[in-house]
Amino acid sequence: MGELRGFLRYDRAEAPERDPRERIGDTREFVGTLPLAEVRAQGARCMECGVPFCHSGCPLGNLIPEWNDLVYRDRWREASEQLHRTNNFPEFTSRLCPAPCEAACVLEIREGDAVSIKQIERAIVDRAFEEGWIVPQPAAVRTGRSVAVVGSGPSGLAAAQQLARAGHDVVVFERDEAGGGLVRFGVPDFKIEKWAVERRLAQLEAEGVEFRYGVEVGVDLPADELRARFDAVVLAVGSRVPRDLPVAGRELPGVHYAMEYLYGRNRAVAGTAEPAISAAGKHVVVIGGGDTGADCVGNAHREGAASVTQIELLGEPPAGRPDDLTPWPRWPVKLRISYALKEGGERDFAISTTGLSGNGRVREIHWVGNNGVPPFEPIAGTEESRPADLVLLAMGFVGPEPALLDAFGVERDARGNAAAPRYATSVDGVFAAGDARRGQSLIVWAIDEGRRCARAVDAWLRER
Amino acid sequence: MKRLGLYDPAFEHDACGVGFVARLNGVPTHETIERALAALEHMEHRGAAGADAETGDGAGILIQLPDAFLRDVVGEELPPPGAYGAGVVFLPCDAGRAAELGQLLADAVAAEGQRVVCWRDVPVDPTVPGPTAAGHQPRIRQLVVAAAPGLDQDAFERKLYVIRRLAERAAGPELAIPSLSSRTLVYKGMLTAPQLSRYFADLRDPRLASALALVHSRFSTNTFPSWQLAHPYRLIAHNGEINTLRGNVNWMAARESQLASELFGEDLAKVLPVVQPGGSDTATLDNVLELLVLAGRSLPHAIMMTIPEAYAGRAEVSPELAGFYDYHGCLIEPWDGPAAVAFTDGRVIGATLDRNGLRPGRWLETRDGWVVLASEAGVLDVEPENVLRKGRLQPGKLFLVDLGAGRIVPDEEVKSVVATRRPYREWYEQEVVRLADLPERAPREAPAEPLRLRQLAFGYTQEDTKVLLAPMAAKAEEPIGSMGNDSALAALSDRKPLLYSYFKQLFAQVTNPPIDSIREAIVMSVRASVGSERNLLAETPEHARQLVIDNPILLDAELEALRQVRHDVFRSHTLDTTWPVDAGPDGLERRLDELHADADAALAAGANILILSDRAVGPGRAPIPSLLATASIHHHLVRAGTRLQAGLVVESGEPRSVHSVAVLVGYGAAAVNPYLMLETLAALADDGRLPDGMTAGEAQRRAVKGIAKGLLKTMSKMGISTMPSYCGAQIFEAVGLAPELVERHFTGTASRIGGIGVRTLAEHTLARHARAYPGTAEELLPVVGLFAWRRDAEHHQWNPETIALLQHAVRAGGWETYEQYAAEVNSDAARRSTLRGLLRFRFPGQEIPLEQVEPAAEIVKRFSTGAMSLGSLSREAHETLAVAMNRIGGRSNTGEGGEDPARYHDERRSKIKQVASGRFGVTIDYLANADELQIKMAQGAKPGEGGQLPGHKVDGYIASVRLTTPGVGLISPPPHHDIYSIEDLKQLIHDLRCANPQARISVKLVAEVGVGTVAAGVAKANADHILISGHDGGTGASPLSSILHAGVPWELGLAETQQTLVLNDLRSRVWVQTDGQLKTGRDVVIAALLGADEMGFATAPLVSIGCVMMRACHLNTCPVGIATQDPELRARFHGQPEHVVEFLFFVAEEARRLMARLGVARFEDLVGRVELLEADDAIEHWQERGIDLSALLRPVAGGERRRTRAQEPGLEAQLDGRLLDVTEGEFPIRNVDRTVGALLSHQVTKCHLEVPRRYVFRGSAGQSFGAWLAPGIELTLYGEANDYVGKGLSGGVLAVRPPEGATFPAEENVIVGNTVLYGATSGRAFFRGLAGERFAVRNSGALAVVEGVGDHGCEYMTGGVVVVLGPTGRNFAAGMSGGIAYVLDADGRFRDRCNQELVGLEPLDEADVELLRTLVAEHEQRTGSVVAGRVLEHWDATLSLFVKVFPHDFKRALAAVSSGGEGFVTTETEDEAAA
Repeated sequence: MGELRGFLRYDRAEAPERDPRERIGDTREFVGTLPLAEVRAQGARCMECGVPFCHSGCPLGNLIPEWNDLVYRDRWREASEQLHRTNNFPEFTSRLCPAPCEAACVLEIREGDAVSIKQIERAIVDRAFEEGWIVPQPAAVRTGRSVAVVGSGPSGLAAAQQLARAGHDVVVFERDEAGGGLVRFGVPDFKIEKWAVERRLAQLEAEGVEFRYGVEVGVDLPADELRARFDAVVLAVGSRVPRDLPVAGRELPGVHYAMEYLYGRNRAVAGTAEPAISAAGKHVVVIGGGDTGADCVGNAHREGAASVTQIELLGEPPAGRPDDLTPWPRWPVKLRISYALKEGGERDFAISTTGLSGNGRVREIHWVGNNGVPPFEPIAGTEESRPADLVLLAMGFVGPEPALLDAFGVERDARGNAAAPRYATSVDGVFAAGDARRGQSLIVWAIDEGRRCARAVDAWLRER
Repeated sequence: MKRLGLYDPAFEHDACGVGFVARLNGVPTHETIERALAALEHMEHRGAAGADAETGDGAGILIQLPDAFLRDVVGEELPPPGAYGAGVVFLPCDAGRAAELGQLLADAVAAEGQRVVCWRDVPVDPTVPGPTAAGHQPRIRQLVVAAAPGLDQDAFERKLYVIRRLAERAAGPELAIPSLSSRTLVYKGMLTAPQLSRYFADLRDPRLASALALVHSRFSTNTFPSWQLAHPYRLIAHNGEINTLRGNVNWMAARESQLASELFGEDLAKVLPVVQPGGSDTATLDNVLELLVLAGRSLPHAIMMTIPEAYAGRAEVSPELAGFYDYHGCLIEPWDGPAAVAFTDGRVIGATLDRNGLRPGRWLETRDGWVVLASEAGVLDVEPENVLRKGRLQPGKLFLVDLGAGRIVPDEEVKSVVATRRPYREWYEQEVVRLADLPERAPREAPAEPLRLRQLAFGYTQEDTKVLLAPMAAKAEEPIGSMGNDSALAALSDRKPLLYSYFKQLFAQVTNPPIDSIREAIVMSVRASVGSERNLLAETPEHARQLVIDNPILLDAELEALRQVRHDVFRSHTLDTTWPVDAGPDGLERRLDELHADADAALAAGANILILSDRAVGPGRAPIPSLLATASIHHHLVRAGTRLQAGLVVESGEPRSVHSVAVLVGYGAAAVNPYLMLETLAALADDGRLPDGMTAGEAQRRAVKGIAKGLLKTMSKMGISTMPSYCGAQIFEAVGLAPELVERHFTGTASRIGGIGVRTLAEHTLARHARAYPGTAEELLPVVGLFAWRRDAEHHQWNPETIALLQHAVRAGGWETYEQYAAEVNSDAARRSTLRGLLRFRFPGQEIPLEQVEPAAEIVKRFSTGAMSLGSLSREAHETLAVAMNRIGGRSNTGEGGEDPARYHDERRSKIKQVASGRFGVTIDYLANADELQIKMAQGAKPGEGGQLPGHKVDGYIASVRLTTPGVGLISPPPHHDIYSIEDLKQLIHDLRCANPQARISVKLVAEVGVGTVAAGVAKANADHILISGHDGGTGASPLSSILHAGVPWELGLAETQQTLVLNDLRSRVWVQTDGQLKTGRDVVIAALLGADEMGFATAPLVSIGCVMMRACHLNTCPVGIATQDPELRARFHGQPEHVVEFLFFVAEEARRLMARLGVARFEDLVGRVELLEADDAIEHWQERGIDLSALLRPVAGGERRRTRAQEPGLEAQLDGRLLDVTEGEFPIRNVDRTVGALLSHQVTKCHLEVPRRYVFRGSAGQSFGAWLAPGIELTLYGEANDYVGKGLSGGVLAVRPPEGATFPAEENVIVGNTVLYGATSGRAFFRGLAGERFAVRNSGALAVVEGVGDHGCEYMTGGVVVVLGPTGRNFAAGMSGGIAYVLDADGRFRDRCNQELVGLEPLDEADVELLRTLVAEHEQRTGSVVAGRVLEHWDATLSLFVKVFPHDFKRALAAVSSGGEGFVTTETEDEAAA
């Protein structure tokens, strides 16, 4: 249970970050790791609560009190086992998860005091890889059943790994040229370097998972054929239809969905393709204030944009946790300054884009201020125009691509996601997991969905 | 009365006043009877009456067979004395039936070769008994039987016994024969004490003469009409209760097949079973004593066997006597309990007290040859000059009057005579074998099966290793937890809990006291023995052939020694308690049958140690739940009559906690080898998971020690002191087990809601087995989240969702958020974990408009917050709750930590002021300022246990409120030392009523089987209010086994209480409240329908002000500032009274909406309407598990369903009435004048009457003389006083001295009773003479001088000064953490009698000498003490004989204060839990 009164003795420690001015000069990861002693001191701060809200705040249900304590006690190997018990890819989550666990930590009742859980998680998985504790765990007994997993994002990978470990023959179909989904192609290298993804894919392969890249199910491989060849199919295709911006000038060249830009940047960094979109020397406007938008901003800095502006439809949230709206232990809607904005650029809230204009190419963005809350009444007299050579739409995703679901004949819910209350869709033997099922969400949800879906598939296979 | 709903007559208790009068010259006179009856009438207040005030619980008298009288009245020629006998027979009213039964008895007489002389109708006045009793009057006749020619009197007595048993067995319960003897005769009935002689004309007849008379006045918890349950029985009358009864009865049944007696010969078979079914504990003991005596043992001998004193390790017990007890321990287990037993066979008369000395008994011998003994002093008027000597019954001592010899025989003499009758000691030493002496054997090789797999097969979890085992090894005691148990009942859990979890520990409350197994360790023992027992009625050296085990938890090597014992006498046989997995779930039951046969065969082959082993577990074999195997074989052998041929030893991988071992022992295991637990501990040690590099062996030994300690605690909860009497005593209630399973394998255990059967248990076992096989040794153990919430694990009602929703609802979220919270709690949480979750409302279909329903503002007045002390809560949290409750017109509760007087008159006052066993801060001020005084008998989280506030939590403020010293740890004893039985509670209620006549008196009980009958007793004891707490209530610190396994849900306790009270028509006189994890309006309405007028909430209000269920209360690290005294953390407290107000209004609003749907406009019309509830058959899982709630929902008829009238305060006759008008005066006093001074003190405190006031009394004062005496009042008593003198003394001055004219030496005679100055807080007291047991227990500030004390003097004292100018009993200063005692150690033996765990013995310094001299001088001045005079006269010479008893903590704290510190240091030790 950590150290009695440890939370009074030690302060919270934030993860070290490279200096923004320095880090925009390269594409390497900018978040570092805490020294061992500090990690263990964070473990000491954990009180092993009777009701561990962190554990509930974590969509994966990570056994956080357990491994916090083990780290404090210097029992790293067991910590790694406990961590992997609920989480297939802690090296992804410890880099990419916004850490709702920390928002829910009992110490966070005093805002800003949470145990640095994410750093502990990172330290555990780093140590486990260093020590060679993370090795393939091929199933001892094969079941002879086969499962196709469509999509190699975190959800598909988690499902594939769990199913393979349960002894099933698993093939992952990925339309892109490599595995990892958005972790590989959406998230920039400076947040997660791609060797980390490769390393994990190698483990899956060694556990018997077969990867078929460049195969788009429903196009290259008909759905019926897939169903015929496999006992079960898991659709983990993400929520990849982006939200559009229906304003004049939307069709102009220079206006792109964020993901087009990010895919290009990742391929460029990997050296696998020349980017079609560049921010270099341009006035960049990113519409949308979320993480995807931030990643666009971060990439634009690294490309040497002339200016970067990020605008958000919603009003500016309060600086501290608004206890009347999102009290502890919920995820607080409060002002956060993204890593990318620390690196430069401007930001504005409560902005409604009214149009884009330019001569054959976008040159200006036009907007008006709004009251910050739906339905976003414009405020007269706040109309403004700004130069914009590259406009990136990062306003979220509306759902999975319908064509694939239709190809399988899978029913959709009201929001257009695959309807699969217990992971089984309306089509016998076809399952869905991750963003394709629940809509766009966090990586931790994706992994949890993959795991639970695997359990459902396994149970279904065993019953047959 | 039969079983009905949840009411079961098996749980009735009784207690009372008992006494006898004897004439030493042995000449029968009528005066003896007159005197005894007078004494009885003066103990009337110890008895009770039922709903109808004229119906008593029972009174009776036993006298010598009145030869002359009988000769006069029967009109027939009688044989000479000794050659005839007479009996008293209760026959049915129906004349025909009476005649039939009379004939049946007469036939038995003839069949046994004796002759019926005549029948005589006993003249009675049928108008005397109260209406209820009158309606059930039996036809009372006397039968005179002449002995067959030539039969000697003892043989004739045996024949009469045989005749009686034959008739009783043949007639069944319609016929009762209170006595049938040539030596004694009984008159008794369902009468009050004064009615007895008015009812029986014989008793008024001057011809009726006896030289001795035993009398008894009964207080039963229930008033269902029963004439034969009145005492005396044939040999005894009893005050107290036999805690171990269930086990004793089982063992007696097991013994019967082996009984043989030369004296009885063939007749013996006719008297079996020895124990008459349906008898009370006293009746049962009487049955056994009768057999022992008639089979040839003397009465003192039989008493010494069954109620042995605590003799182990005591220098003053002679080797012969110790040998006697050791030897007889091989024959019969102690009948343990708080007992004052008076006994007579018509020739000797005497009394004894249990080893704890928990009942009072005072005796007196006069110069003119009379001896009187009674529960109280002063029951008979004796001129002071006529008093030769006085004394009291002492723990474990016999008081015996031999009429033949014409004298009182001293204890040592009686015992020496008995103990040297035969060479018991030599026999024992020769024959007994000690496990420790057996040749050492290597433990078995660890099996090849990996540890992990076997752990999985036995359902080990990560929590087992981390939360239970590692800490147990680290601390050598059971780990501590806090807050309540909000997880699912075992029967409703989806986690397939181990069988142990279905068994809930029972505990003592009200009718018997729990014991402090730590501070009163002198009476406790875990020593056990195995082997075969022999014929109880014979005595031979071979009877001592037992194998003695010092500790019932065996290490592997010890088990091997036992298994391989190569002693000509012992032979072990190992039974394999696993079954083949491929036989499926049904294989388990079949295997049990095989095991029964195997056991029979082994016994037939001469085995006398049966080892029940599941070592064979592996891929192909699953373990039978060890408890099922043990209990099943135990009961099989009991039924087969062979149980005593062998001891049962359990070798199992399953037990791993205190509770698991306790249940195994409770169902018959003499010893347990928890091999997998030991192996797991070794693995933990080897893996470096235990502190300080502890070795495997060390870890195992420490864990064994921890479990043994926990086992003692578990036994002590029920007031049981020794292993043999706990073994097989079945002190458990099963919750969630099928009746067939319980009936067959756990025979006699209460199981009231049905549940799962053997097959389901087998399926659960196989599911666990399947996790292990196949499996890998690398797999981590599962996480089950029993002690802390985990996702996808054990369900907890308080979980992240419900806590967050509730907190949000009261702060910003409002009603909508509350509705989400309530929906979550009601629909999901409750269904998955509580009984109320299985119920649904029967909506009548006719709603009423919401506006017509009583407003929420009225409903919330029925709510109160739980008793959480200042000390367990921070000041901020405590005051927040109080303010909130005052604002809504509800009630908050001080808890047991007192209250800051500054809060008495403002918004922060708690209306309910609790009176708990520690009596912290309980002053006359505190009492006088209450609206309700609550006597806390038990606490849901740890019923039957005390508590401890460690020194580091006692800061200056807490100490000032508790009237103790900062930094000094405080102990709350497990029992109230003024409540060892129901009539004591009645006395305390009376005391409190005197201390505050306006306050309502509440008694807090915890649900367990039988709580309904206890509640009935409480109602009869004149309480106004009864709180039934569920087992799941919270705590600041408690052993984990207690949090999880003691007590039952409030739904059961409340329903049983309601049913019993209504059946008795007692419900109309009391309010009933319930609490225990109440969270929503639905809970409230269900509670009301099951019978509650009021509801208590504790955890939920805490959650509303910020508690997040850290369960760290015991660590003082509460991060939200609620359960901590750390200033830094208290600063983090952000709760507001509004949060609590908001929550309770939400709850009330939810309740209103339900009421509208139920069509009930007023809350009071909900109360007891159980017909508006039904089991929810839409929920499937519990039906599959066989749960049956019909007993819970059973409506009963009898009386009102809610309170309609007030209790009679009963204060009119209070002597204080006469004291109010005068500031000084002299008054006669006698034992019926109880609690003198308390009412006066109340008036002085509340109405500021003029002081000083000085009063002088002459006579024998009743109990609680000078209780809570206020400053400025002085009472001087010439005479003597009973128990509880100066209880809670609050500043007044008391002096008790012998009457003028007394000629006996005061310092050698008892002047005040037991438990004097209990919880005294200030003032002074002087006693010229000896005091009883537990003098100045929990004194925190009074100064006292006394001339000698009994056992346990100054126990738990925390302040004040006690001077003892004479001898002390044993265990002086146990648990004494503060204050000082000066003891005149004339014989130099004090050191041995003092418990030096917490105190040091030091010479006096200058300040001590000055203080001592002042006190001794005042003692002489106020009491005329000769001893004080001598001391003062020879001051310098005497001074060196004084020893200063100085508690270590206190010394440290004083030093810290004098060096300018706050007096306490914050240390980081965990709280101890409980005593």
